[in-house]
Amino acid sequence: MASAPSSTPSAVTPGAIHLPDTARDLVKILVAGPFGVGKTTLIDSVSEIRPLHTEEHLSEASAEVDDLAGVREKTTTTVAIDFGRISLPGGVVLYLFGTPGQERFRSLWDEIAYGALGALVLVDSRRLDASFDVLGLVEESGLPYAVAFNAFPDAPRHYGEEQLRRALDLEAGTPMVTCDARDANSSIDALLALVDHLIDPGEAR
Amino acid sequence: MTGRPAGRPLVPAYLSTGGVARPSRPQLERLSVLARSGEPVPPGLPAAELALLDALEGGSLAVVEAAALLRLPVSAVRVLAAGLADRELVLTRAPIPPAERFDPDLLKRVADGLRALKHT
Repeated sequence: MASAPSSTPSAVTPGAIHLPDTARDLVKILVAGPFGVGKTTLIDSVSEIRPLHTEEHLSEASAEVDDLAGVREKTTTTVAIDFGRISLPGGVVLYLFGTPGQERFRSLWDEIAYGALGALVLVDSRRLDASFDVLGLVEESGLPYAVAFNAFPDAPRHYGEEQLRRALDLEAGTPMVTCDARDANSSIDALLALVDHLIDPGEAR
Repeated sequence: MTGRPAGRPLVPAYLSTGGVARPSRPQLERLSVLARSGEPVPPGLPAAELALLDALEGGSLAVVEAAALLRLPVSAVRVLAAGLADRELVLTRAPIPPAERFDPDLLKRVADGLRALKHT
């Protein structure tokens, strides 16, 4: 399955995405993982708005804009960060930020992770090693997290849970679920695995 | 705003803030909520500020949503929104303080809300 492109150009009319009047508490969860793992697909499957994206510079604009000497050192690399939104009953609005996991995105990562409830780490079991960086970043940032294996049709099925847990070096209490990022209910279940873990961290799975 | 060709920013990011890189209100975050104050728009506002006010016409947006719609970096929208808030043209509301994000009641509302969504 090809994952959705991470930056689809769109001409969204602002009126279509204004926050509901009932919106009171805005919270966010990171959907983290390597490129192509299905982050945007998962966000798209549950978001009430068509996922939007911001173009992020890997370092924030220099504070000393008048200092031309600093210009040379500024990186021009940008990355698109997709996000979606779910308005929940009770005035809570949950934002999902698709966050790439490479080490070079660290400063951006820290900024997006600030104040987040936690992270849902999406893993492709056909290439576990692609997720090592992101798991490292999540653990260093201290964010609580759950791991969701995106069920690609040709994903290997012979791994046992303990095998996967050991391969990713996960603690026993870290929730591990399988999901189909294209399916809304399945994606919600993966998010619930994380939120239930936040409510009761002691509960294994 | 409608019908604008895709892929081209409304205002180049480096021009949008008039060269100001740091917002006058450091607390503006990605999920801070922006809304029009109802004050009349004074004449002579720069295009980027007008575009932000335009995006807030008829409803509020999170900073990150305004950035996506205007095709500007989040950092630029922070600067613009802070400037407009200083002139009382825009109202801002901070997101939940990080210390309160693990409030059991809040988390339960998130979980209940997600469960309710599943059955619709």
